[in-house]
Amino acid sequence: MKLTLGLAQTHPKLADVPANLDHHLEIIARAQAQGVDLLIFPELSLTGYNLQDLVYEVAARPVASDPVFGPLLKASRQLDLVVGFVHEDARHRFYIASAYLSGGEVAHVHDKVYLPTYALFDEGRYFAWGDRIRAFDTRFGRMGMLICEDFWHASPPYLLWLDGADVLLLTSASPGRGLDASDRLASARWVELVNRAYASLFTSYVVHCNRVGYEDGLNFWGGSMITDPNGVVAAQGPYFEEALVVHPIDLNQLHRTRSRLPLLRDERTGLMAQELQRILTGSQNGDPGFSDSGS
Amino acid sequence: MDIAARLVIHTPLAEKILVGFIRDGVRKVGFQRAVIGLSGGIDSALSAALAARALGPENVLAVRMPYATSSPDSLSDAQAVIDALGVRSLTVEITPCARPLFAAFPEMTPLRRGNVLARLRMVVLYDQSAAFGGLVIGTSNKTETLLGYSTIYGDNAAAMQPIGDLYKTQVRQLARALELPARVIEKPPSADLWAGQTDEGEIGYTYEALDKLLYLLVDERFTPAEAEAEGFPAAMVADVWRRVRANHYKRTMPAVAKLSQRTVGHDFLYLRDWAG
Repeated sequence: MKLTLGLAQTHPKLADVPANLDHHLEIIARAQAQGVDLLIFPELSLTGYNLQDLVYEVAARPVASDPVFGPLLKASRQLDLVVGFVHEDARHRFYIASAYLSGGEVAHVHDKVYLPTYALFDEGRYFAWGDRIRAFDTRFGRMGMLICEDFWHASPPYLLWLDGADVLLLTSASPGRGLDASDRLASARWVELVNRAYASLFTSYVVHCNRVGYEDGLNFWGGSMITDPNGVVAAQGPYFEEALVVHPIDLNQLHRTRSRLPLLRDERTGLMAQELQRILTGSQNGDPGFSDSGS
Repeated sequence: MDIAARLVIHTPLAEKILVGFIRDGVRKVGFQRAVIGLSGGIDSALSAALAARALGPENVLAVRMPYATSSPDSLSDAQAVIDALGVRSLTVEITPCARPLFAAFPEMTPLRRGNVLARLRMVVLYDQSAAFGGLVIGTSNKTETLLGYSTIYGDNAAAMQPIGDLYKTQVRQLARALELPARVIEKPPSADLWAGQTDEGEIGYTYEALDKLLYLLVDERFTPAEAEAEGFPAAMVADVWRRVRANHYKRTMPAVAKLSQRTVGHDFLYLRDWAG
C-alpha cells in the first residue's frame, strides 16, 4: 500500500490559537492539493511551545463542538491529520497532546508521558503526565504517536512496536542547542540518530515532524524526516525554515524488510517481561531492585 | 581534553540561527528596524553585521557615541564597520552630557566615570530607538556576561542579545567568517572608558584562557577542583568563579518581595513573546 505523507514544519505563534488554526487550514488545503493522505503537524502546533502561564488559556478538548477541533475534524474528512495541542481533560488536568483525526472522527489522542523538567525545560511545572502508551488502527494500518521527550526514552517506541505499530509518528518542538564545529546542532544530531536507530531496531517507518521558528531566545531546528524500515532516511525537510515536506512511502517495504530481518518475529517478549519483573522487584538475588517509584 | 577544539563553532550555522533570531525578534513585536551602539570593537561590529543581514542595512542605525577621551581609533574603526556594512549611522557626542555630572563630583574615580559614560550611551540609544523606530540590539558576549564585565543598565541594556551565548573567541570566529574589517577583529578589546584601558589588562587574563575555563565551569559543569585538575591555576579558577558569582545580579531582574498569591518575577510567568 502506498501512502503519501505530509510533514508540516510550521512556526506557531505563541498562544494565538485562531491564527495557528488558520495556518493549519491553509496548509491542509495545500497538502490536499498535493495528494497528501496523512498530514502531520509538530508538537503543540496549535499553541506554540513555551506557554508557561498561558497553558490554561489555550487548552482545548478534541471534540466536534470545540471551536478549534470543529474545523480540523471537518478537514479530516479529506485527509488524515495529526495536530499538536494542549489537552484539558474532564477533570481539568492539562496535557501536551497529539490527536489523530480521520474521517471526521478523533481516532486517537496521545498525552505526552515524559515531561522534561530539567535544563531549559519546565514542562512538569505546567502539565500533567500522560499515563498511556497505545498503538491505534488507522485506514493505513496500525500506528503509534509519541511527543518529543517520549522518544528520548527507549521504552515508549518499544511498547508501541509490540502493540502493533508499524509506523511511528513522532512530533516535537525541539529547541536547538549544542553549537560546535559540526554543521548540525547536537540536539539535531541526537534526534536524527535515534530516528534512524528506532527505524532500524523496529524495522518500522519512523516519521518525525519538528517545528521551526523562535520563542524568546530559543530556536527550533526543523529537519523533519521520514526513515524507512531499513533505517534509511527517505526524506528530510530543511533546517530552520518553514516547509511542507511531501513524500510517498510504500508500506509493502515492511514485508520486504521483515522477510530479510525478522527482528519482530524473534523478539522474546516473555523473556523481557520476566527479566523486567526480576529487575523491578529484585526478588531473586536480594538486590533492592530498580523502580521508578522508589518502593 | 582539547578545550580549544570544543570552542570551535560552525560559523554558517551560527549566522543562520542568529540572523533568524534577530529578524524574528524584531518583527514579531511590530518593528522592522534596529539601533546599535557601535564602539569600533568586535562585539558591536558583529552584532551590527548580523542585524544588517537580518533586517537589511537600511533598517539598521549604528550610533557612534564618543566622549572627549575616547580613542580616535575607536571612531575611525566604527566608521570602517559602517562603510563595510552600508548601515545608517549617527554620531552623538556625549561629552556635553557628561561634563556637568563630572564637574559636580570632581572626586569621581575612572570606574565611576566609565559607568556614567556607559549609561549615557544607553540613554542616547533608547532615545534613538524611539526616534528611529528600532529595537536596541545588545552587543554583550558570553564571556563578559558571565564575568559581569559590563555596566548594569549601561552597555548591557538592550531588547535582545544576539551574541550573548558566544564566548569572545567564538565572536572572533564568526567576525572573521563575516569578513569584518581586520583591524576591528585583531585589535586588543577595550571598553575605551579611559585612555589605555584594555579588557585583558583589566581582567588579568587572556580571553583564550578565560573562555576555556568558563567553558569547563559553565558548559561542562566542572567543579572548580576539576577545572584545576585540567591545568588551570587555582588562583585563576577561584578568581573567575568569584566574579561569575558576585556579578550574577547583573544577569537577573531585581528581586521582588513576594507578598501576594501571584507576584511578578516569581509566579507570573510569560515569555517576552507574550507581547508579540
